[in-house]
Amino acid sequence: MSYLPNILFIVALATASVLFAKKVGRIRKNIGLGKDVDRSDRSRDRLQNMLRVAFGQSKMQARPVAGALHFIVYVSFLIINIEVLEIVVDGILGTHRAFAPFLGKAYAPIISAFEVLAVLTVIAVLVFWWRRNVSKLDRFHKPEMKGWAFTDANNILYIELVLMFAFLNMNALEANFADAHHSFLISQYIAPLWSGASEWGLHFGERLFWWLHILGIFAFLNYLPYSKHFHIILAFPNTYYANLEAKGRFENNAAVTKEVALMMDPSADPFAAPAPEADAPIERFGAKDANDLSWANLLNAYTCTECGRCTSECPANMTGKKLSPRKIMMDTRDRIEEIGVNIAHNGTFVDDGKSLLGDFITNEELWACTSCNACVQACPIDIDPLNIIMKLRNFATMEESSAPGALNAMMTNVENNGAPWPFNQMDRANWINE
Amino acid sequence: MTTFHVPTLAQMTAEGKAPEVLFWVGCAGSFDDRAKKITKAMAKILHHTGISFAVLGAEEGCTGDPAKRAGNEFLFQMQAMMNIQVLNGYEVKHIVTTCPHCFNTLKNEYPELGGNYHVEHHSQFLNRLLKEGRLKIEGGSFKGKKITFHDPCYLGRANDEYEAPRALLEKLDVSLKEMRRCKQNGLCCGAGGSQMFKEAEKGTAEINHVRADEAMDTGAEIVVAGCPFCNTMLTDGVKNREKEDQVQVLDLAEMIALAEDL
Repeated sequence: MSYLPNILFIVALATASVLFAKKVGRIRKNIGLGKDVDRSDRSRDRLQNMLRVAFGQSKMQARPVAGALHFIVYVSFLIINIEVLEIVVDGILGTHRAFAPFLGKAYAPIISAFEVLAVLTVIAVLVFWWRRNVSKLDRFHKPEMKGWAFTDANNILYIELVLMFAFLNMNALEANFADAHHSFLISQYIAPLWSGASEWGLHFGERLFWWLHILGIFAFLNYLPYSKHFHIILAFPNTYYANLEAKGRFENNAAVTKEVALMMDPSADPFAAPAPEADAPIERFGAKDANDLSWANLLNAYTCTECGRCTSECPANMTGKKLSPRKIMMDTRDRIEEIGVNIAHNGTFVDDGKSLLGDFITNEELWACTSCNACVQACPIDIDPLNIIMKLRNFATMEESSAPGALNAMMTNVENNGAPWPFNQMDRANWINE
Repeated sequence: MTTFHVPTLAQMTAEGKAPEVLFWVGCAGSFDDRAKKITKAMAKILHHTGISFAVLGAEEGCTGDPAKRAGNEFLFQMQAMMNIQVLNGYEVKHIVTTCPHCFNTLKNEYPELGGNYHVEHHSQFLNRLLKEGRLKIEGGSFKGKKITFHDPCYLGRANDEYEAPRALLEKLDVSLKEMRRCKQNGLCCGAGGSQMFKEAEKGTAEINHVRADEAMDTGAEIVVAGCPFCNTMLTDGVKNREKEDQVQVLDLAEMIALAEDL
């Protein structure tokens, strides 16, 4: 009978871990639906970029208030995980504060430091909640932030509050035990609130908060993959696999290079049948749907935490156009999820008559982009909405010929006279004599 | 009319000579009346420094930047391959251009297609000449003038070059007032991504008007740009507020040419 809590704990831990692993596996599979792109080079630079941008949060600090508050929550998340480790050990072995004997005199200061972080986190979370719900920061209230996106953001804040509340009260109750061994910096001041409770009530309450804290963490873990908050994990691979080239360098499409080389080769036989490639899928120029994008684009989509810094820096968005780089990422994620479910149900993808371009992202959004890279610069975790926009434009222009008329006229000029305007190429040096 | 001879690369090659640098003029620089003034200013500076340079003239074609940004990868690569054939045929090693779009495309997108050159934006090129002592700039007429600098996206964020243009302006002894959004956070003029060639989508404001307002809010008498397209957009934005008599929009090359009375 005395082993019941241990068994319950192990069952909870195993269930949470298995469910989480399963969901992560599905997301991994979905990301794998993307086209291949080589990001295996420059591993040193990649590691450095990850340490700087994800671990060191360098780009978060572009906005000092949000940057500082986020840093508190982030550090406290990393550090309080040590305490969670202790809880897990206690839960499995049925011990109480298993790390205390090993840490000796250092134990109380360490837990006290965790408590300070917990209080700072509560303050930061409350400020975040205020910014989102009361002062209504513009970027949190764009059209794409209605419904689930908005609820999700608040859910995260509420879960964090509950976890911190449980952690502090668990310690506060214990401080009132008749045989209390521990007293910590913050919880000692919460302790008097519970001093009237009976010894049995104190022990029951302490266990209750202990379970609330750890079950809350298990629930949080499994909520993550359904939430924008998954960035706390994916920010690391995402920054590792980020594009390290100059932002102005847009990918050259290799399939097109082959065609162009053939066109420019005077000895090429235009009637030669292409070499048959068995079962080669029909290649499409650019991207129409989410699975035409690269896995890096899809990883970006799952990593996005919908902070909206990209959208608030976007010149098109700030002048009232429909384009929102954040929405590009959210649409991509929604669509690849949908494709994933479709494949899971049918074994293979069955056409559902929908596509990323058209049903999720409209032409009006697509053509408002100035390719200025402000969104890419603004993203604290190196997400690149511009790369997706350009792939969609490739499809719109090369496969559908649906570019705006004025751009078609410009392209005709480039084709005919080597300039975007209808001037004769022979006149290019006229300025010398004008 | 330029008072000096601007040779084409074909002429120079025929004479058995090779220039130190190829001046890539670009489409705007060749055809747009406003941008032609920037081209001429740059040619004057090049001539003034005594550097041997040439242009491609009729052998130059659009780099393909607007086609690529409009999604037409095919047309982009056609343009790129034609230009690369010309450039490689002349064994061009070093290119300078006054257009950040040409600069970006030549520098970043041509190498993979077989075009490998040392490409510089004119701000980088002129800044280097300054450091090497091959170009001298005196403050002259701009001493103490309030100016602001608009970072072109394709020079700034796209290629992380923020200092070269500012170093040049410093030499002119101007009083540089930065806009709230500058350098990495600079606001686009609205022309990039082929927007130059189409109407903007429906919205509440024009990007170039917003940006020109930001520039004028600094109290600057001169808005300095480093891109012919930004120049057009900002000039339009200044006119939108009917401030064209008070506020000038000038290119870096024009500033230097004016200061040196070239």
